[in-house]
Amino acid sequence: MFEALTDRLTQVFQRIGRKGRLTEEDVDEALREVRRALLEADVHYTVVRDFIAAVRERAIGEEVLRSLTPAQQVIAIVHQELVRVLGSERVPLQWASQPPTIVMLVGLQGSGKTTQVAKLGYHLRKEGRRPLLVAADIYRPAAVEQLRTLGKQHDLPVYDEGTKADPVETVKHAVKVARDQGYNPVIIDTAGRLQIDEPMMQELERMVEAVRPTEILLVADAMTGQEAVNVAKEFHRRLSLTGLILTKLDGDARGGAALSIRAVVGVPIKFIGTGERVDALEPFYPDRLATRILGMGDVLSLIEKAQQQISQEEGKKLQEKLLAGTFDLEDFLRQLQQVKKMGPLTQLLEMIPGMGQLLRQQQVQISDDEYKRIEAIILSMTPEERRNPDIINYSRRRRIAQGSGTTIAEVSQLLTQFKQMQRMMAELGQLAAGRSRGPLRGLLGAGNAFPSLPGLDGFPGIGTAPARPQPAAHHGRHQSKKKKKKRR
Amino acid sequence: MIFSRFFRRRTPPSPQLESGLKRSRQGIFRQIVQLFERSQIDRELFDDLEALLIQADLGVATTEALLERLQERVRRGEVRDPVEAREALREEMVALLEAAMRNRRVKIYQRGVPFVSLVVGVNGTGKTTTIAKLARYHLDQGRTVLLVAADTFRAAAIDQLKAWGERLGVPVIAHAPGADPGAVVFDGMQAAHNRGIDVLLIDTAGRLHTKSNLMAELAKIRRVIQRHVPDAPHEVLLVIDATTGQNGLNQARVFTEAAGVTDIALTKLDGTAKGGIAFAIARELGIPIAYVGTGEKPTDFAEFDPEAYVDALFFGDEED
Repeated sequence: MFEALTDRLTQVFQRIGRKGRLTEEDVDEALREVRRALLEADVHYTVVRDFIAAVRERAIGEEVLRSLTPAQQVIAIVHQELVRVLGSERVPLQWASQPPTIVMLVGLQGSGKTTQVAKLGYHLRKEGRRPLLVAADIYRPAAVEQLRTLGKQHDLPVYDEGTKADPVETVKHAVKVARDQGYNPVIIDTAGRLQIDEPMMQELERMVEAVRPTEILLVADAMTGQEAVNVAKEFHRRLSLTGLILTKLDGDARGGAALSIRAVVGVPIKFIGTGERVDALEPFYPDRLATRILGMGDVLSLIEKAQQQISQEEGKKLQEKLLAGTFDLEDFLRQLQQVKKMGPLTQLLEMIPGMGQLLRQQQVQISDDEYKRIEAIILSMTPEERRNPDIINYSRRRRIAQGSGTTIAEVSQLLTQFKQMQRMMAELGQLAAGRSRGPLRGLLGAGNAFPSLPGLDGFPGIGTAPARPQPAAHHGRHQSKKKKKKRR
Repeated sequence: MIFSRFFRRRTPPSPQLESGLKRSRQGIFRQIVQLFERSQIDRELFDDLEALLIQADLGVATTEALLERLQERVRRGEVRDPVEAREALREEMVALLEAAMRNRRVKIYQRGVPFVSLVVGVNGTGKTTTIAKLARYHLDQGRTVLLVAADTFRAAAIDQLKAWGERLGVPVIAHAPGADPGAVVFDGMQAAHNRGIDVLLIDTAGRLHTKSNLMAELAKIRRVIQRHVPDAPHEVLLVIDATTGQNGLNQARVFTEAAGVTDIALTKLDGTAKGGIAFAIARELGIPIAYVGTGEKPTDFAEFDPEAYVDALFFGDEED
């Protein structure tokens, strides 16, 4: 997200950096680029104007012009201003003093409300709550059905009264059910509507009047253009929004809408949606996003993801094995599966500082199919082969290749890379044992080492070479056998 | 009343709604009218025009290109006062869209030979609704229609299309959720042949253009179609939501690479956003707009007309 903006700022400041000392004209030149980048990122015209003015005022201050590291100073100012606009700290979901807490999601058609309702329910249940989802979109054909299906898939209770009932009544009844049966929170899916559709906006007002939601969250698509501001303003004027959920941030939209809405409406961004999977909902951290805008990656989010997937104990065991050099293909497979749970590979890599720009520069395409290919190869091995890859001779390789729908060369490649990785890990282990305060020690010692990182070099598809074309035949084969439904 | 084209409704709108629409329309129109009311062409006029075009999502590059053309005409003395500037800008905008319109493939509909239309786009732009509108449109022209539910991923997407099929009295070919979209399309193609259907409309799952595996799936759907009819699909419609910002350009680029987009359907024009990204797409990629969607009903739909669109977008009905 925000990639192009990141790249752009980096370029601009690299150029300034090369020139050394800064003049007022230099600042203006840099800011012109920043302005353009922000506009191309869909930040609203007037928000950009104010933003640039604020940055300029600070940037042409004496300490920047005289500074020996003016580029860093300007970056720092832009960063601080971004954080300031995005909100200085993370604002969590509010809980009602009297349960149930009622969370209502509103927004334009197609912004992703129904999907986010399911995600939010899933997320909060993971935190130990008992959510009740309410289907109050009676207008879009099959919207109620969609929420019911999502509820069934993820074992989340859904309250609905079909498509004939008045949505305001449905919501009232749902809250009563929640109160009687101890559900908390109640998460309401409303119909998508235009902010200028008077009858539909009145329906929302009646709904708010009837149940007094604790949170009214506007669901906004990260791909929205300049109009985001007007939409948010009007929803806020009518309903007094309490927050935002920004969706579809897994695409390449630069998401300037987030900045605009924050600047104009002032309500905090509470969550971001990063995919269609039910677990693709993340709390929003303004500082992280601002950092990321400036190309410093989002390591914190990555660590958090890793922590969610890997238990302390498991992490420790893994670490011991890694350092002792007894890490085998069986462990590797298990790791792979855990990494997969964390989300699409490209998304994970984007979070590593510098990686995002590198990937785009090299035009590398990383397909999650690589996971599947490696998984298929390892799954086609016998347990003994996985524990002791050295016994895999030519005929075993042929069998494995056939079983996994790959070629002998691919099997060999995986084995070679695995061996390299094993050796590297063993060396690291000795290093870490020798020096207790090294940075790597700290990383590994946390018990939450990134399970994916040591292996990255081992993935055939990741390198600076463009991804090779996928042979369509086997790609289709093992994909169709397994996980047909889990395509993302 | 150009707007009647864009805001056609079956029932007369309520007074509040009408005034609501007017308010949002007036915002930008009032500004643009006032803009040209000044006495001379100056730097400020161009600055204000830049602000307006950017706020309509045309993007920096397209805005600059349009304003440069305008400036050039001022320099050459063809444009002397703000009123002429306004006319010139309008012409440039229409010309930009018309240049892309020339890339349109002529659509030939034959009785009993399926005209295959593949509808693609990112999530939430209104693909399924657009399919319903297209079905209505073809039915009105006296063609038989078959719908194919190749969105097997989103929960209840199949139900949504079936609901439309029922309302419109149009058959729908569907498999179970999670089925291979290629297989559904295969069945759809066969059914269209067997039944001698005139127009086959294929609904696909919304997908972000950054997911390479999903884009590969679209290419596969194309191959399945071509196995039946080599010159199909006759139309690949990319559905773009009028609220879309500059990302629309990336969408158009990547979808065109993967699925050979022939036309754009611009949806949700009943809101306050007017889909200025279509100018950028027309200018940079030369992809024409074929249809516009202006509401949730199957009749809220029209073939695209560049002049009417530019007027509605920027120059409004002055009588108001």
